Amino acid sequence: MSPSPVLAARGVSKQFPGTLALDRVDFPAPAGQVTALVGENGAGKSTLMQILAGIDQPTGGRLELDGRPVEFASSREAAARGVAMIHQELSLLPEMSVADNIFLGHELSRRGVLDRAAEERRTTELLDRLEQAIHPRTPAGSLPLGQQQAIEIARAMARDARVLIMDEPTSALSAAEVDVLFRVIRDLKSRGVAIVYITHHLEELLDISDSVTVLRDGRVVAEAACESVRLDWIVEKMTGGIAASEAKTPRAVGAPVFSARNLSLGRDVRNVSFEVGAGEIVGFYGLLGAGRTPLFEAIAGLRVEDSGELRLGGRDLGGLSIAARLRAGIALVPESRQRDAIVPALSVRENILLASRGGMYVSAAKERAKAAELVMKLRIRTADAENPITSLSGGNQQKVVLARYLLTSPKLFLLDEPTCGVDIGARAEIYEIIRRLAAEGMAVLFASCDLQEIMTLATRILVMASGRITGVFTASEASEEALVAASSPLAAGGSRGQR
Amino acid sequence: MANAEATRNPVAAVAPRGFGGKAGALLFRGRALVALFALLITFSILSPAFLSAANLTILLKHVAINAIMAVGMTFVILSGGIDLSVGSIAGLSGMIAGLLIDQGIVLRSFGVVVYFDVWLVILLAALAGAAVGAVNGLLVSRLSVAPFIATLGTMYAARGAALLISGGATFPNLAGRPELHNTGFAILGSETLLHIPVPIWLMLFFGVGGAFLAARTPFGRHVYAVGGNERAALLSGIRVKRVQLLVYILSGCCSAIVGMIIASQLGASHPATGESFELNAIAAVVLGGTSLMGGRGGIGGTIIGALVIGALADGLVLMGVSEFWQIVIKGVVIVVAVVLDQMQRRFRW
Repeated sequence: MSPSPVLAARGVSKQFPGTLALDRVDFPAPAGQVTALVGENGAGKSTLMQILAGIDQPTGGRLELDGRPVEFASSREAAARGVAMIHQELSLLPEMSVADNIFLGHELSRRGVLDRAAEERRTTELLDRLEQAIHPRTPAGSLPLGQQQAIEIARAMARDARVLIMDEPTSALSAAEVDVLFRVIRDLKSRGVAIVYITHHLEELLDISDSVTVLRDGRVVAEAACESVRLDWIVEKMTGGIAASEAKTPRAVGAPVFSARNLSLGRDVRNVSFEVGAGEIVGFYGLLGAGRTPLFEAIAGLRVEDSGELRLGGRDLGGLSIAARLRAGIALVPESRQRDAIVPALSVRENILLASRGGMYVSAAKERAKAAELVMKLRIRTADAENPITSLSGGNQQKVVLARYLLTSPKLFLLDEPTCGVDIGARAEIYEIIRRLAAEGMAVLFASCDLQEIMTLATRILVMASGRITGVFTASEASEEALVAASSPLAAGGSRGQR
Repeated sequence: MANAEATRNPVAAVAPRGFGGKAGALLFRGRALVALFALLITFSILSPAFLSAANLTILLKHVAINAIMAVGMTFVILSGGIDLSVGSIAGLSGMIAGLLIDQGIVLRSFGVVVYFDVWLVILLAALAGAAVGAVNGLLVSRLSVAPFIATLGTMYAARGAALLISGGATFPNLAGRPELHNTGFAILGSETLLHIPVPIWLMLFFGVGGAFLAARTPFGRHVYAVGGNERAALLSGIRVKRVQLLVYILSGCCSAIVGMIIASQLGASHPATGESFELNAIAAVVLGGTSLMGGRGGIGGTIIGALVIGALADGLVLMGVSEFWQIVIKGVVIVVAVVLDQMQRRFRW
């Protein structure tokens, strides 16, 4: 006898222009249970969560709260009905104090005046329950990520949430912090809170969840109680039975292309050294905040290293600007496509040609030919290269960004989360493109927090934690367990949380 | 409670770290204050008349006009917006007050002219300012017009309306007539209370009230949140659109008061009143350390910023510095303040 669901999606569909993100999804979240929601990127997890939390509205079907149909016009309405969400991108205001953040939007006040003392008292109580010793007046931005996550949870607890949706809550946490989180989840469970738990880390899922729902291509493909399932069953359902790991042909590594020696960058990157040869695809694995992005940005010249030496084909890169490094043959495909890569107002062609240095004048005919060639070569799905970039799907936008940097003829290609927000089909194509480039002699570095992606694509794997390289694996000797172990901040010697 | 916790985790025991903590904020406000004192000392040495009670009163009356406007502007900027229409709103409300006192409202069908009590005039003119602010707020929040453009539009429209009211002419007599029971408009600008001019009291009222609103009420916290991270504010259940609407209404009210103070001081209202005031108000806000990106700063800083601008102008006049040089110096001071602010943010001093 399972308890009746507190919050449930009934036949929920979500139609976006061009894609059906959710197709008649039924998803119950019973009181006092942890319901895990899993699926690959683009499977529709985040869309479903946003609908449950009132951030987005379904185009078909309905939500039920306590068995009655309910509509949430906004996250505010959802919160008022006891549905809270903890976002993966933390939504704290860094300059505000911990207490201010926890009570943001539902301040404690007396006759219209903020009751700071009461807020701080409640904050201390909540943080006590979370086993976090944080002063309520500490600015939220000065805390390590794990503690910021705890603040987000405290915020939901402060609102007496009956349904708590957690999106990748452990992605930034150390092993010790995950233990605390799990204790809190069990505590909330025993108080009858319905918890929806979204994660990529399948290993932890079976520890904490009561049941699991698998989404693929916008449909629920499987539901089961956790005690009766095994990990490989979930993986099979997620991928649709297609083994994601293709045969990795070991390739002869060519001459060294790039080397970093004792690179340091504040607290973000500490004393990192490595070398990469032509034809190599080196995967950087690590948790959020492990230092992968700062490392890549330092190599591309976005950030100036404090110390260390970078060499490309024997040439010292010290002091070279981004533009000079681009000319020398270093290209970075940034992590955030929306923020750092695409120019939304421009067409596909203009986006492709953004990094190319033209001559004195721009030849429209030549540009069109060049863009058309790349659209063909990378199989970018667009009717016309003159269409706005925003008309493309995430995967095709990513291919446009790849095309842009390929035109700079890089010798070293840096890809930060190359398939973030990319659907499965386009993802395979991007892997193929990367493999082809490596086969042509390019050195590729990519960063990913997706274990499968690392295992699938990399010929060599470097694991980072707390800014240091904590593990080096060849593709054949790497196992998921070993990578996860090496990525724990404890592996870096002293966690960044407690210091 | 907190102390017991502190022993368990030494990091938490340390007072709030980094910029944005109390020490940081004090340091931050301190810089503008240090500049203010430096100016006061320099000018009082160079010109003995500077620190006289008479001169300081004139200085503060000038400052009041900019400061009141800048209080409203601070809320708008803290929320991530900007309000270019404040000067025009001041002009418009001054003209509306002038019209109501000097001409009254002509009701043709009844063949009568209605005159209002001065306090009702002040209320109506303030409401007119709030209404223009509401238009700004609706354009920004509901129609997603960029604040710069929305308020640029209302800046022109309100100025045009001010000119239309009188056909471009001045209402020369705001004294009112005893037989109409509408005298006393002079109270806003020209009279004193406990020997201190009313505009200075008004500045105090708006300054303290604004600081309280910003720092001690849920609304104030929401303003910071909307400017700091609009999406986070939205996801925290804050009515972002309502906050945006309210800050522009507030700014409109402040500007209307300023327009009436000026009309009251002159005893006349002129449609060009308040031209380029928006720039002075923005300058005061920026000098006071409020970030143009929103989410960071405060009213205290703004008042100090307005005092710095006022003291600088007044002192330079007393020293006989050419008006043209005064303008250059003001520009340099603003840029230096922003550069210092940027350095502070980068190095987390």
